Amino acid sequence: MSTSENGAGSAEPESYTLKVRRYDPESGETAYWHDYGIELDPARSVLDGILQVKDREDASIGIRCSCRAAICGSCSVRINGTTALACNTRISDAAAKAGSGQPIVVEPMNNFPVLKDLIVDMDAVHWKKVQRVVPWLLPDSDPPEREYIVPAEAMIDVTQSMACIQCGACVGACLSLEIDPEFVGPAALAKAYRFVGDPRDGQTEERLRDLAEDPHGIYDCTHCFACIEVCPKDVAPMSQIMRLRRRATADYAIKDKNNGYGHEKAFVDIIEKWGTLHEAQLLPRSFGDGSLVKGQTEPGAVKQLVESLPTAMRGLRSGKVSPKKALVHPKLPDQENVRHIFKEVHDRDERIELNLYIVGENSGDEEGAQAEGGGES
Amino acid sequence: MPQHDVLVIGAGLAGQRAALAAAESGASVGIISKVHPVRSHSNAAAGGINAALNPEDSWESHAFDTVKGSDYLGDQDAIEIMCREAPDEVLHLEHLGVTFHRNEEGRLGTRAFGGASAARTYYVADITGQALLHVLYEQLMKHDEVERFEEWFTTALVRDDTGRIAGAVTRNIRDGSLEVFTAKAVILASGGNGQVFTPTTNALICTGDGIAMAYRAGAPLMDMEMVQYHPTTLAGLGLLITEGARGEGAHLYNAAGERFMERYAPNKMELASRDVVSRAEQTEIDEGRGFPDGTVALDITKVPRQRILQALREIVNVGRDFAGVDITREPIHIKPGNHYAMGGIKTDVNGETDVAGLYAAGECACVSVHGGNRLGANSLLDTLIFGRRAGAHAARAGKGMAMPSPAGSELEREREAIDAIVARDRTGRRLSELKAEMGKTMDADCSVFRDEDRLRGALETVKRLQEEVNTVSVDDKGSVFNQDVLGVLELQFMLDNAECIVVGAIERKESRGAQYRTDFPERNDDDWLKHINLTVKGADSPEVSYSEVTMTQWEPEERKY
Repeated sequence: MSTSENGAGSAEPESYTLKVRRYDPESGETAYWHDYGIELDPARSVLDGILQVKDREDASIGIRCSCRAAICGSCSVRINGTTALACNTRISDAAAKAGSGQPIVVEPMNNFPVLKDLIVDMDAVHWKKVQRVVPWLLPDSDPPEREYIVPAEAMIDVTQSMACIQCGACVGACLSLEIDPEFVGPAALAKAYRFVGDPRDGQTEERLRDLAEDPHGIYDCTHCFACIEVCPKDVAPMSQIMRLRRRATADYAIKDKNNGYGHEKAFVDIIEKWGTLHEAQLLPRSFGDGSLVKGQTEPGAVKQLVESLPTAMRGLRSGKVSPKKALVHPKLPDQENVRHIFKEVHDRDERIELNLYIVGENSGDEEGAQAEGGGES
Repeated sequence: MPQHDVLVIGAGLAGQRAALAAAESGASVGIISKVHPVRSHSNAAAGGINAALNPEDSWESHAFDTVKGSDYLGDQDAIEIMCREAPDEVLHLEHLGVTFHRNEEGRLGTRAFGGASAARTYYVADITGQALLHVLYEQLMKHDEVERFEEWFTTALVRDDTGRIAGAVTRNIRDGSLEVFTAKAVILASGGNGQVFTPTTNALICTGDGIAMAYRAGAPLMDMEMVQYHPTTLAGLGLLITEGARGEGAHLYNAAGERFMERYAPNKMELASRDVVSRAEQTEIDEGRGFPDGTVALDITKVPRQRILQALREIVNVGRDFAGVDITREPIHIKPGNHYAMGGIKTDVNGETDVAGLYAAGECACVSVHGGNRLGANSLLDTLIFGRRAGAHAARAGKGMAMPSPAGSELEREREAIDAIVARDRTGRRLSELKAEMGKTMDADCSVFRDEDRLRGALETVKRLQEEVNTVSVDDKGSVFNQDVLGVLELQFMLDNAECIVVGAIERKESRGAQYRTDFPERNDDDWLKHINLTVKGADSPEVSYSEVTMTQWEPEERKY
């Protein structure tokens, strides 16, 4: 709502072109593209670029923004096709990614209805999903006189999901949501972990059961990593979803009707046994409660098994899968090694969780490993 | 036409806390915010929240630090209330689910902060404000009896025919419609006015809307000249590096590599109060001992890397993303930058202003607990304590009262004003040019060091801009998310804030707290140990008056760190 002329940057300004997707709901016309030339210090952000256009040329461009420092979560947009906060995307990086002579393409997030220009309807998608996970603490009893006594690590553990600024970037980038708009989605599930991982909450099992049984719940995630890649706060929503799954299966053995439990168990059993993913085994084992022999197939599972046949057929036709490859799994050189690693990890008492506030490092930082050692300097 | 017992304007920490407290007291509550509540600027309060919760600490010690930090301009009755109620408030938040840092026993753990005689700052990494804001919003989602109006922009307060505040005129940003919200009490919790200055650590939304609306409605503004410049902000952009960095052990150096705080605050060094550290830095810079970009260096590298990554992760990101510096390995260049308004709408300890039916809490209010200088980690506390008190008091006061009827044609007036802006053809400068001139003038002439000549010049500029903004036009002629026209209203609000800040700074002919007058370099308790109140009065606005500082147990002393 305001302007950005914020005093001088240190470097010389350079010229860039922003190609912005405009949409005016009152005009009766469809969305269109418009190019804007800007002069900006290369260290400044795409948001600074947009604000410069608003300041100097056309203040009617709609974009939510406030803090300019990646803490308020207002300015999620797509830049050259990738969802990001405009305020912490460097204009020079965006230009480099666009390619020489090409404009920086800025458009509203995917998976949301557009209200105007770069402004999307967060309530209709994001906040509705957050509301779905009962997003408040539900202790079992009245609070203690002083603070709850909880392990320091537990608080650091949930701090990663507390770091979420509800910008919706992960929701905009989520591929599962593109296929199933009902998917509870990465942001809301990360929020759910914030309670499931919180020792003060008294509804851990109920929360997990709810999200495991929901056909659009934790097993609707396809593990594509898109949310982890776009998250500006390193919340790693997919990792939080995987933690919810581990809690649901390992801690509470929740055998959901979506076969999430069965599929995961099949996966693990196969790796343990063969040291490689034996796909011919995976399908029947997944739908058979994780075991071919004991095979108590869930009623819904038969239907799902049948439904997955066309996918298998397509795989056969395209040559991606051959009957021989599928049934007689080729032997890999490291299978023994994989089995060994499996045993090693499996036999540990502690569950190894990757958490940035514990290992203290950014997934994008190649020096990540050093942080774990403490790195005194 | 929406009606509520209590209407809260602003949904940062003060507003959300007020709304929840009012609802708990049985009132029907509406809460209006021009942004979604979790976008509020309370997010930016990184370092923590002060409370004398440790049995070895005492609220008196916390209160004394706050009184001393305020340079004795804080009202001691209000400070006592804030510090006494702090421990229970922190525990309440912990019970609601805030993931406060724990010590090895699993109890709440603390960190050190500036101007404090004990480590009493409770925190969540360096996202404390964000964590508090999001947890309170969880409670708002849970308590759906509080009616939320998200992305509604309030343009003016309305009265009934007795002169009592009876509601507000508000524009739905999504469709441009205007409505009168009626209420028995209105609580302004609309935040600070940092955007009056360029650069500032404040978000773009911090445009002093509520302060200006209250002023226009006849409520006195108090100590507006007290504007905090934070010691560690990035040059140019003005982004904040939390005081938590110094709390964790970071040092300040000038270009010659001297740890210059030795000369200014030999005991507390980098953890002296903010006005002291900012003046020290500005002196180094002005006297040629800074770096060529007008900065000094903040060196965090002596803090163990893992501790930085755990406890100061946010500023690692800020350094990396906005300055290209890995703060775990090299110093970062910083300078004092506009950060916080100690002054604001004059209230009592229950948030009541001098205008019936109108309350204020949080940064827009001046109780005053911060006086001439706010201590780090006291702002979150202020929002929560006085937000809660205002909410509860407004709810109680409204019991048994009939719903008022807004008098006059405020709605029509606001609609005509907005329509006129949209209809106007371009004649002069763009809105952004006016804003930039205001911001740069205020930063140049009304910041760390001030004098009468420059302040007079700034006042002239502000008055000229107040005329010019009434002729400014907009590019956006639509109704849906017309941010352009709201930008004009915000600039009008900001210019009222700017005028009052400069008038207060001219009026106070002494140096106290954040106000440093090079032409009056000493604190003068005989003449100026008093609040300066500014009230609207037609063409003579603002009218200046004074009120006493409330003293309870601490007599003014010389302030040394």
